[in-house]
Amino acid sequence: MNHAPFIWASYSIGTVVLLWCALAPLTRKKSVIRDIRKLNQIEERNRDPNS
Amino acid sequence: MNTNVTTMNKEKARKNWLVMFIHKMGSPPWFYNFAGKLIPWLWAIFIGLTVWGLYLGLFKAPADYQQGESFRIMYLHVPAAWMSMMIYTSMAIMGFIALVWRIRIMEILAMCSAPVGAAFTIIALASGSLWGRPTWGTYWVWDARLTSELVLLFLYLGVIGLYNSIDEPRKAARAACLLAMVGAVNLPIIHYSVKWWNTLHQGSSISVTGGSNIDPSMLWPLLIMAVAVKFYYGANLLTRARVKLLEQDKRKGWVKNLVKEHKS
Repeated sequence: MNHAPFIWASYSIGTVVLLWCALAPLTRKKSVIRDIRKLNQIEERNRDPNS
Repeated sequence: MNTNVTTMNKEKARKNWLVMFIHKMGSPPWFYNFAGKLIPWLWAIFIGLTVWGLYLGLFKAPADYQQGESFRIMYLHVPAAWMSMMIYTSMAIMGFIALVWRIRIMEILAMCSAPVGAAFTIIALASGSLWGRPTWGTYWVWDARLTSELVLLFLYLGVIGLYNSIDEPRKAARAACLLAMVGAVNLPIIHYSVKWWNTLHQGSSISVTGGSNIDPSMLWPLLIMAVAVKFYYGANLLTRARVKLLEQDKRKGWVKNLVKEHKS
């Protein structure tokens, strides 16, 4: 039996899962920062109604 | 006499430093900055060790006399399986500390451990299944080791699900920490399953006290990979904890200033 496909499949799954797990918080961070910026803008607008 | 006084002063200073460090860790802005400085180093060490470990394991180690080339899956499967249990243990301990001393950073760290632990459990199950096909002739059997590892995945998913199902983050963390602690009963079952029951999964080849049955040329890459994934956990955990802190403290001054200054 050729073992290469099993080895490649294992390491491919491992790489995909670890990459996804590492990148997920970074994309989440972007959306959280976007939310905080929006919140800051709304608060500044409410503080200064002329702007 | 003077030597005794100097030793006592040094001891006192060391204790003070530790107490100060623990106090500082409880401060979200300090933790955020500290973790931010640490994360690139952890990633760098992880990448360096992984490249070294995989090079030795995949290119330098000889093929196994019984299993042939398929044994190379070990360098992913075994560290992932160890991590799945180690992360659950640390999650349960952090959950206990969070519940007893009500330390918010500990709640966050415990909850951020769950997705990383689940990822390692998925890798352990998938790579084990792919290793099982050429070795045992089957992808899956309902033996004690495999089933208890699958239960571990469900426990991780349960902790993640429970945490996300409650709106108030601190209440959610406390409930999920309690579930994490209760689920820790599964850990000795996983570890001793190969001894307690007659399983298709092999017994331990490496023991902390009893040495190893593996040749050093095959063992070293495994140990290097086992250390490497700990740095992955550290880097990923701190990254997730920083994001969670930003999310929870988004109305607080330090986060608003941080985002305004583009330092995030």
